[in-house]
Amino acid sequence: MNGPGPATETPQQADRARTIYEKSVPGRRAAQLPEDGGGPSLDELIPSKLLREEPPGLPEVSEPEIVRHYNRLSRRNYDLDTGLYPLGSCTMKYNPRLNERVAALPGYAGLHPASDDGDVQGALELMYLLEGALAEVCGLPHVSLQPSAGSQGELAGLLLTRAYHDDRGRSPGKVLTPDTAHGTNPASVAMAGYEAVKVATDPNGGVDLDDLKAKLDDDVACLMLTNPNTLGLFDENIAEIASLVHEVDGLLYYDGANLNAIMGLARPGDMGFDIVHVNLHKSFSQPHGGGGPGSGPIAVSEAVEPFLPVPRVVRSGSEEDPVFELDHDRPLSIGRLRGFQGNFGVFVRSYAYILSLGGDGLKEASTRAVLNANYLKRRLADGRAGKYLPIGFDRPCMHEFVLSGAPLKKELGLKTLDLAKRLLDHGFHPPTVYFPQLVDEAVMVEPVETESVETLDAFADAIEEILEEAERDPSIAADAPYTTPVRRLDEVRATREPVLRQPVGSSA
Amino acid sequence: MAGYTPLTNGDRQRMLELLGLGSEEELLETIPDGLRLDRPLAMDDGLPEGEVFERLSGLAAANRPPDSEPSFLGAGMYDHYVPAIVDAITSRSEFLTPYTPYQPEVSQGGLQAMFEFQTAMSELTGLPVSNAGLYEGPSAAAAAAYLALGATGRSRVLVSRGLHPHAREVLRTHAAGFGCEVVEVGLEGGLTDLGALEDAIDGETAVVILQSPNFLGSIEDVEALSAKAREAGALVAVSVDPVTLGILKPPGECGADIAFGEGQPLGNRLDFGGPSFAFFCAREEHLRRMPGRIAGETEDADGRRGFVLALQTREQHIRREKATSNICTSQALNALAATIHLSWLGRSGIVELGTLLARRTAAARERISTLPGFELLHDAPVVREFAVRSVEVPVAELRAGGDPSGPRLRVYPLGRDYPEYEDSFLVALTEKRTPADIDWLVSSLEASAERVRGSEGGAGPRAIPEPAILRRAS
Repeated sequence: MNGPGPATETPQQADRARTIYEKSVPGRRAAQLPEDGGGPSLDELIPSKLLREEPPGLPEVSEPEIVRHYNRLSRRNYDLDTGLYPLGSCTMKYNPRLNERVAALPGYAGLHPASDDGDVQGALELMYLLEGALAEVCGLPHVSLQPSAGSQGELAGLLLTRAYHDDRGRSPGKVLTPDTAHGTNPASVAMAGYEAVKVATDPNGGVDLDDLKAKLDDDVACLMLTNPNTLGLFDENIAEIASLVHEVDGLLYYDGANLNAIMGLARPGDMGFDIVHVNLHKSFSQPHGGGGPGSGPIAVSEAVEPFLPVPRVVRSGSEEDPVFELDHDRPLSIGRLRGFQGNFGVFVRSYAYILSLGGDGLKEASTRAVLNANYLKRRLADGRAGKYLPIGFDRPCMHEFVLSGAPLKKELGLKTLDLAKRLLDHGFHPPTVYFPQLVDEAVMVEPVETESVETLDAFADAIEEILEEAERDPSIAADAPYTTPVRRLDEVRATREPVLRQPVGSSA
Repeated sequence: MAGYTPLTNGDRQRMLELLGLGSEEELLETIPDGLRLDRPLAMDDGLPEGEVFERLSGLAAANRPPDSEPSFLGAGMYDHYVPAIVDAITSRSEFLTPYTPYQPEVSQGGLQAMFEFQTAMSELTGLPVSNAGLYEGPSAAAAAAYLALGATGRSRVLVSRGLHPHAREVLRTHAAGFGCEVVEVGLEGGLTDLGALEDAIDGETAVVILQSPNFLGSIEDVEALSAKAREAGALVAVSVDPVTLGILKPPGECGADIAFGEGQPLGNRLDFGGPSFAFFCAREEHLRRMPGRIAGETEDADGRRGFVLALQTREQHIRREKATSNICTSQALNALAATIHLSWLGRSGIVELGTLLARRTAAARERISTLPGFELLHDAPVVREFAVRSVEVPVAELRAGGDPSGPRLRVYPLGRDYPEYEDSFLVALTEKRTPADIDWLVSSLEASAERVRGSEGGAGPRAIPEPAILRRAS
């Protein structure tokens, strides 16, 4: 093997995983709580049948041990601050540290969500301003920040769709989603009580208009789309699609996963969409946190506005002296989706990001995301990548593109997964793989605007090197990775014989 | 425009040359003419970092400072002390900036943290299976209902009026989609009415959803309520406050099938309501219907111990419309904060914290119950929150320090959600509320009542002791 990969175990690999429970020693502790001052025993305060007999089996560890344990764990993670994270559809852009600083200001971080409106005017104003900015980017007049994540935004959109039709005395039962859609789309459709119906993709990578027409009837409540779609292609027929859906009184729903391609360039509202969800953790720089938190605000048209979740932020008072309130009294509202007002800490970060970039900066971010994607796509069209990983649909892409690993599999016997694992040895997080399902052995690459051209070149070079190595000896990639804290893991076993917790104490 | 985009003009020139283009505009021609935005966004241009900081500091300062006087607000989110190590660890890039651990070989830190989180939540709730986290508390009630509807094939959800009002609202919102009926069971003496529950349960009841301590602070007899539900073949889901589980009998030992709850009190700041997380635990038989991410232990190709996302075939990215949930977050960073906080508290600290809360709360409750003008709404046992009737003073007129022009007391007015308790409010404690803070609360209530009486011809206002928080500041 010439590429990265030691013959012997790395020190990190030799350091076997041990949970904090296995480091527990009876009698150790970290917390110092305030003096209790004594008092009655618990069973004098609470009937003993309601009390716990044995303490829960939490670990017994000192503070330095906790810090060391989690620092060591952290080193077993790859992260965006360390390197490229070209996950298609995930928009892994830089997370500005300013945003963390402002979100931690005591005037935000310490605010209790049940405070009187009069005590939280700054927080409500921030929400109002963020709503306004998102409305402008989406081209739709009304925004609710409440949904906790994109998936909850989708569910909100579908419940809004239901309420909208109910109000018109209609009860259509189907929601159309393209076969390239994110898995959350059909899952949300099912939770909203609708039947999910797939629409085919045409040879140009867009919605197949004939198939759409065949499936559009009075029973269609809504079509869910993202544009650019998950192939990274802008659907040029969007205006016609919108009018076809509206002709049968259906609504058009925009999955905002790909909004990073079009900020300041085009707006879902102008394309004819009625409901949009925005992922603040994608286009608006909230850190992903290893799988959350995020936030999934929704923007809607006038016709859908009466049904938005409660509470809504409303502004009254004079221009110079505005007053902000949470309005709960909205009779047509679908109701609450979650507790309190939403993921406010995310709102602060995203609003800081919007202020930092401004309208001109958002447009520039999208433009450069598109340039980076097209550049990298072009780099990967040459050499071995062009041979083994051809582009699925050869048109100018927007912010991402999808390659097919089918020739790699056919000619060298390597799966897309093997390529992904070998990239880990080269210090890169792999792109999204096996999505969209439409493309065989899919490799979905989103290089985002915060990456330098040197990084894109290095990534393209690494792919070339892996393919060159694979031509000589495909078994190297087939057994990759070699240098990571652990090597390829047995995922089947984890599902067949689930071990989902550390046995401790009474459960050991 | 911020310096978050590295491409220079020279870079762009070189890139465009490779693409054979004269400008980026040519790339954007893929957007049809009529759909290109032909004007700048109606927003200000970008600001320098320092000015953004000033702008957002200004908005933060427009809120009444959270520590201007003691707060007794709870209602599901609590002002606990967050240990410094939580911030130090969760702000590390390696935890802050990764994506969901789809490539487990380079995500062992996050996956192991999830596994440890699941262990902690399983220990706290006494149920064998925990997921890695859901969005937040109230929407986890809807997740519990969705699981139960699928598991039983039944169509009704019974919910105690002691469940958080937001959770009940969220259930109704989701019910429009799930197509189920939501029926409320009332409270009697601060507790779920056992007789009414018995009357309401029928063969179509999929699940009974309870909360303990409930929204009024009372500890429910979950064992007795569960027994009724199980007799009718319904599942039992209980929303719990994790901080009380060091001392209260865990739901798994009280007959619950599912335990869930708002995770904010564990290591997460208030943040005006989010982001936080929910935990969701269940009996083994519900494992394959669980919503959300679950980490599991396995081995690598060389036999080393490792962790992966297990049972992904339940999830939306594989199962699509047949998924057990549409969720694709586990609030990993918030759950990590909880895991660190729970390690810090440890086996003895979680018991000490619960005991401290129960004692201070009992003392505060006793004193307020003897104040003229105030009485307890109920006398059921509580841990850290209790409900008080204000007989003489409207709740909105209760003032910090009793000063009529002063700010409203930070207590939760029950009239917001319970018209039947318009005259009542909740008092919540954490370990941050000192005995001196409680003295201040008692005096503020006393003075508010005396002022009302005074304005009706009684005695004048009295001197109020300073709360500890103000003494610290001076």
